Amino acid sequence: MKTHLRRTIVVVGHGMVGHRFVQAAIERGLTETHDIVVVGEEPRPAYDRVALTSFFERGAEALSLLPEGAYDDPRVTLRLNTSVAAVSPRQRIVTLADGEDLHYDELVLATGAAPFVPPVPGHELKNCFVYRTIEDLEAIRAAAKRAKVGAVIGGGLLGLEAANALHQLGIETHVVELAPRLMAVQIDDVGGRTLTQHIDKLGLTVHTGTMTEAVLGKGKVQRLALRDRNPIDVDIVVFSAGIRPRDELARAAGLDVAERGGVLVDAALRSSAEHISAIGECAAVDGRMYGLVAPGYDMAEILVDRLLGGDGVFAGADMSTKLKLMGVDVASFGDAFAATDGALELVYSDAVAGVYKKLVISADGKQLLGGILVGDASAYGVLRPMVASGIELPDNPEDLILPASRGNVGFELPDAAQVCSCNDVTKGDIIAAAAEGGTTRAGTTCGSCKVQTKKIIEDYYASQGRVVDRSLCEHFPLTRQELFDVVAVHGHRSFDQIVEAHGTGRGCDICKPTIASILASQLNGHVLESGNRTLQDTNDAYLANLQRNGTYSVVPRIPGGEITPDKLIVIGEVARDFDLYTKITGGQRIDLFGARVEQLPEIWRRLVDAGFESGHAYGKSLRTVKSCVGSTWCRYGVQDSVQLAIDLELRYRGLRSPHKLKGGVSGCARECAEARGKDFGVIATEKGWNLYVGGNGGATPAHAQLLAGDLDRETLIRYLDRYLMYYIRTADRLQRTAPWIDALDGGLDRVREVVVHDALGLGSELEAAMARHVDTYFDEWQATLDDPDKLARFVSFVNAPDVPDPSITFREERGQIAPAVSLGATISVGAPQ
Amino acid sequence: MIAVCRLDQIEVEGGVAALVDGAAVAIFRTHDGNVYAMSNYDPCARASVLARGIVGTRGDIPFVASPMHKQAFDLRTGQCLDDAAVRVPTYDVRVDDGLVFVGPPQESP
Repeated sequence: MKTHLRRTIVVVGHGMVGHRFVQAAIERGLTETHDIVVVGEEPRPAYDRVALTSFFERGAEALSLLPEGAYDDPRVTLRLNTSVAAVSPRQRIVTLADGEDLHYDELVLATGAAPFVPPVPGHELKNCFVYRTIEDLEAIRAAAKRAKVGAVIGGGLLGLEAANALHQLGIETHVVELAPRLMAVQIDDVGGRTLTQHIDKLGLTVHTGTMTEAVLGKGKVQRLALRDRNPIDVDIVVFSAGIRPRDELARAAGLDVAERGGVLVDAALRSSAEHISAIGECAAVDGRMYGLVAPGYDMAEILVDRLLGGDGVFAGADMSTKLKLMGVDVASFGDAFAATDGALELVYSDAVAGVYKKLVISADGKQLLGGILVGDASAYGVLRPMVASGIELPDNPEDLILPASRGNVGFELPDAAQVCSCNDVTKGDIIAAAAEGGTTRAGTTCGSCKVQTKKIIEDYYASQGRVVDRSLCEHFPLTRQELFDVVAVHGHRSFDQIVEAHGTGRGCDICKPTIASILASQLNGHVLESGNRTLQDTNDAYLANLQRNGTYSVVPRIPGGEITPDKLIVIGEVARDFDLYTKITGGQRIDLFGARVEQLPEIWRRLVDAGFESGHAYGKSLRTVKSCVGSTWCRYGVQDSVQLAIDLELRYRGLRSPHKLKGGVSGCARECAEARGKDFGVIATEKGWNLYVGGNGGATPAHAQLLAGDLDRETLIRYLDRYLMYYIRTADRLQRTAPWIDALDGGLDRVREVVVHDALGLGSELEAAMARHVDTYFDEWQATLDDPDKLARFVSFVNAPDVPDPSITFREERGQIAPAVSLGATISVGAPQ
Repeated sequence: MIAVCRLDQIEVEGGVAALVDGAAVAIFRTHDGNVYAMSNYDPCARASVLARGIVGTRGDIPFVASPMHKQAFDLRTGQCLDDAAVRVPTYDVRVDDGLVFVGPPQESP
């Protein structure tokens, strides 16, 4: 029994809005007086449905809004996998499907919405799906394995998300839309055409202005019959033709519902029954339903306020939308269709680039009323707040939509402007948080305002004189990327030229190796060339890896991990003759430890004579491309992963980069090469290769994410060339690919735009830079052995080149050498004597 | 003092190790033409490696960064710039007629 002092709130539904309600209840102290029981019918806690499409890439865990599985407040009970059978408003009881009764003092309906499936004949056939939950996506993915062609019924926002999902699964995708254009609710005809143009280019087929008459097939989907069009042979159909509020519990309990469905509530979110409220997509506030997450979040916050005794009301919502569909920006805000009397339209259209922007302006030309952006929605962050805050337009409003290089600068938002519409965060809120060192929720839901938020924070810091210092070190007031560009533009070839022109002092252990790497990436000269060598970290300076006792380890390249017995024997003989400790590395090669500086040339002479070359284990450069055994031997393999791994390793060997680079190639989806733990991972499919980017092991492991699927070999290599060169040009020093992608504005989508869609038009330049690298590659160790000047560095002592360093000694451990603890004095000068 | 090498055997902003009286000494040459000598032994890493470090400047101080864990040492005094309690011994060094001469360790300052 509950004590009579505490009251109970039952929340039905644990989607995004139900979750936000609970979060707000905890944060604002409602749980001090109330116990909360949340009932959710799905098997997992709330997850980010807005980002549902990324489930295939990121998995369910990354989407979860409650990854811990429970709230960090003992007064909240979460009951998943649980359905509600009935509500009795009089007794204030909720009856669960298993018959259990839950008493409530306040009931919150957050049951959301269900996909609407039009009653066309055949809609219940096998391989007909909807697109709403993770389980839906799992079912689609399972069916996709045996499918070639799919169709999405519905070309609205959700329909295009679903089409994107099918496309990602490697399915030839058709989109069928009743209206004459895509996204008919949000954008106009020209916008729709521009969007269709982008989507066509990606290989999808759009059929607008036609109706699905029937889904045909024996037992399962085989064909789609369209009105006035040829039928399409399909294996999968996904219905995404709108949503309907889940109001069946309310109806059965006798609550009022709106004409077009939804629990009818007033602006205080109260239903027609006492102590029952509704929020989110299941609610019809004064008869209107809102199918976006931002208004749902608003309702959750307002209801918590109400239950705390406040008087908040839901006053409608901004239905502005910005999203990225298959790499294409689409935004619609305010009075997008110029419905206001006398409204004027200002249009910028670039059919070649596939960009369409429209501003709707008041008759007097002073107010921005709304707009549509397709292909480039970068101005959304400035434009939408102008509508919401009624700011007067600048004198040349066209500057707001001209390409960024020409306009879009110098316009200042007022503090009251709402920047994040999902979480109702204003510019003033962001600045206040920045001033206190706190944070806001801006950018945490749909992410469309991230760029704007970042800029506001940077501008604020700049106004305070607290510039975020991104200088490389005290000698260069530039980032690595800026330095890279400066070196390329000026054609510098040496540290001296660079520091004289752009720096101060004589450099340090940070800028010198960075510049050495930049010069190597651009010129591909020998790292031990005069003037280059003193810039190198000791590993590069001796073409070997420094170990704790001052000796080095040696790693010959074994491309793809494939090696002949004869070569294995050579490595064994070298290790035995020089008494080196041997260990198999994680990159499928063999590391030989304990070589003294003066032994390195002799060891390499033997290795080079046997056909080995540098493995660059010492460099911030490509290490290995790991492979599984592939289709040649493996009875599961579908492609020759070993051949591809060898080819890629030989293509990118010696490529100097901001940090080490690793690759992997797996011959089937079993992924034995652990390719997704690499900076680039390639996994074979029946149709070609999937390319994953941005993985690594180490202290902060990251799984590589899908960049593009089912590529042929030529396209794969083209994308890899572009990806690696783009990384080398723009990453920070010692920044691996995963944090680099995270730090890019737009993240993985940005990489995809540049690499796959060639949005910057850089593609051929990046490929040419890689071709130069491939053409000019040489083996550093071979070149060192051929050059007495370079070899002269490999001595223990300049005045006693044959005397081994007496401080290096070894002991024996498990049958091999190990460094002996070295003796030596430290001199303490701390205290005055 | 004993001659250990020709000056041109030390690269500008590079270092070499020399054996002087059984001790390993690191000798560096800076961009402004100065030559410095200090023990090759990095007390932080407990390994004889300093001659293989990167030479540069921190403010006006010429320094070498240990190749092991990057601690910086003032070439003029051997003082560790990252840990006031650590210093490596320095050696008298002189260049004469293109030859580099190294003498005994200097007294602590």
